[in-house]
Amino acid sequence: MRSLTTWLSGVAMATVLAIPAYAADPLKVGFIYVGSIKDGGWSQHHHESAMKMKEHFGDSVELIEQESVPEGADAERVLTQMSLSGADLIFTTSFGFMDPTLNVAKKFPNVKFEHATGYKTAENVSNYSARFYEGRAIEGLIAGNMTSSNKIGYIASFPIPEVIRGINASYIHAAKVNPEVEMRVVWISTWFDPAKEADAATALIEQGADVILQHTDSTAPLAVAEKAGNVIGFGQAADMIEYAPSPRVTSIIDNWAPYYIARVQDVIDGTWEAESTWDGIGAGMVQMGEITDAVPEQVAMEARAMIDSIASGTYHPFTGPLNKQDGSVWLAEGEVADDATLGGMNFYVEGLTGDIPN
Amino acid sequence: MMLNISLELLLASLMVAATPILLAALGELVTEKSGVLNLGVEGMMIIGAICGFAVAVETGSTILGFIAAALGGAVLSLIFAVLTQVLMSNQVATGLALTLFGLGFSALIGQSYAGLKPPPVPELDFGPLSNLPFVGPVLFQHDAMVYVSIALVAAIWAVLRFSRVGLILRAVGENHDAAHALGYKVVRIRILAILFGGACAGLGGAYLSLVRVPQWTEGMTAGAGWIALALVVFGAWKPWRVLLGAYLFGGITVLQLNLQAAGLAVPVEILSMSPYVITILVLVVMSADRRASLNAPATLGRVFHASN
Repeated sequence: MRSLTTWLSGVAMATVLAIPAYAADPLKVGFIYVGSIKDGGWSQHHHESAMKMKEHFGDSVELIEQESVPEGADAERVLTQMSLSGADLIFTTSFGFMDPTLNVAKKFPNVKFEHATGYKTAENVSNYSARFYEGRAIEGLIAGNMTSSNKIGYIASFPIPEVIRGINASYIHAAKVNPEVEMRVVWISTWFDPAKEADAATALIEQGADVILQHTDSTAPLAVAEKAGNVIGFGQAADMIEYAPSPRVTSIIDNWAPYYIARVQDVIDGTWEAESTWDGIGAGMVQMGEITDAVPEQVAMEARAMIDSIASGTYHPFTGPLNKQDGSVWLAEGEVADDATLGGMNFYVEGLTGDIPN
Repeated sequence: MMLNISLELLLASLMVAATPILLAALGELVTEKSGVLNLGVEGMMIIGAICGFAVAVETGSTILGFIAAALGGAVLSLIFAVLTQVLMSNQVATGLALTLFGLGFSALIGQSYAGLKPPPVPELDFGPLSNLPFVGPVLFQHDAMVYVSIALVAAIWAVLRFSRVGLILRAVGENHDAAHALGYKVVRIRILAILFGGACAGLGGAYLSLVRVPQWTEGMTAGAGWIALALVVFGAWKPWRVLLGAYLFGGITVLQLNLQAAGLAVPVEILSMSPYVITILVLVVMSADRRASLNAPATLGRVFHASN
């Protein structure tokens, strides 16, 4: 088996090495997605950004895509296949692809990899992510202002730092404008399962929540919120504008296209290097969808002001004084969280109830 | 804060959560009773989900949507029936292929239906009954499909147990050679059972896209078909046990989400696995000391080839 793998990777390397000899050959860029490219959320947005990148480069780029790739051993198989078929640059667009990406990257040193939302890099593996927590802070501000039951529901997927940052950022800003606010977090252990997401939203609404935040990829929670009436929610990953003006009052939109174009250009120019990128509202990687009329004008103005101050860098959503859940001091007055702490965030801030699953 | 979970709301949403898998499992039960193992439940469910959704959106009628879903599921299962009963292909492989095909084909049909909203489900009016305290919300405020699924459990139980049709179906499933020797059309009976299974799975899928979620999203069944398949086995091919299993599974799924939402201090890992663990435990314990584990139809999954 090992000799076969070595032989295959040898063939692949030969193929990849051979490419510069034919200058007219298009650059092969691969993408793998964890969900369907029609999920209306996360994967669809990566796909659309990939299409924009392809449009930008036209014939000089050949796009290969694989959707609904399970995280784990299957991802390794798909990545190996893509590498063998001559891909020069592969974007792996889900947290769970991290280790498979690194494993395959080791076998194909001449293929360049870009992993989304992870924290590991290698000689030929970059990682990139967006500061979604900036958008969560805006959502928290709106949620805290708009709840009348003072209960906010949060549908969480997996207990990874990205999700925990989102919970903390939204809670901090909801509690800032409304000290009475309570946040209930429901973990459903999936990124995409409309029925389960709908059930979770129903459970939260039955428990009295009138604002639902979601860190899952489908529009099901919004459909449930709409059916319940008097409940608002937010678009996640994509605009989900079909649920505007209510329940969807605004949204966090992932805008990957500029990054994809820049990285592909780097490969074409021969200037690509492995690095970590973490951009937010300022760089345009995170965008906020239109704030609808369902939000009172005063609140919308506050939200816009916060978007501007985050974009200009004058405000950081994790600014002290902030305590951890157990009451110990995390950030002193005026202190700003550093990226390393945020990148590995595994604790709730003070005021949140419940435990983070392992 | 300790558990102000409303029992009536919980029981009410339990039925909504359980109905899709219950419908699909009932269909599979009949199919398996005739001796055919159709692993394509997931595929038939999702085809039902999109057919029902599309027709409901186009016509504005939920009822027509459900009819279309049953037809869609049945048509897909007809492919399986022809392949396994006429061309005698391997049932396991064909069933798996059917799931893959259903998932892909539904995505294709559903492309223009993402983001649309289905018409509201008509409410049944039970008059004063639905205003009864507790009993009203639990029993008399559901949509028609919940009652249809329960009626289906009773009907399947009665037919299998008391009627001649049920006897023939069981005979075909237990010993197809003997049934054939007695002059029963084994292949025809099995095809009908497969079609019934497909129609039920289609209804279950449409319940997801029209009532429970309600919207169309690619891959929205997300494994519900496999749970239905498991329920048939753990329910020892008995309709009421399948009902119990489905409600137990749906109930605990809803309960654990409610417990999380209510802020109960139980580790989430335990809560999330509880629907699977408890459902399996209860059903296994129930069938432990009887011969229920041997209740599987004797020719389940075996190819029938008339040797004349």
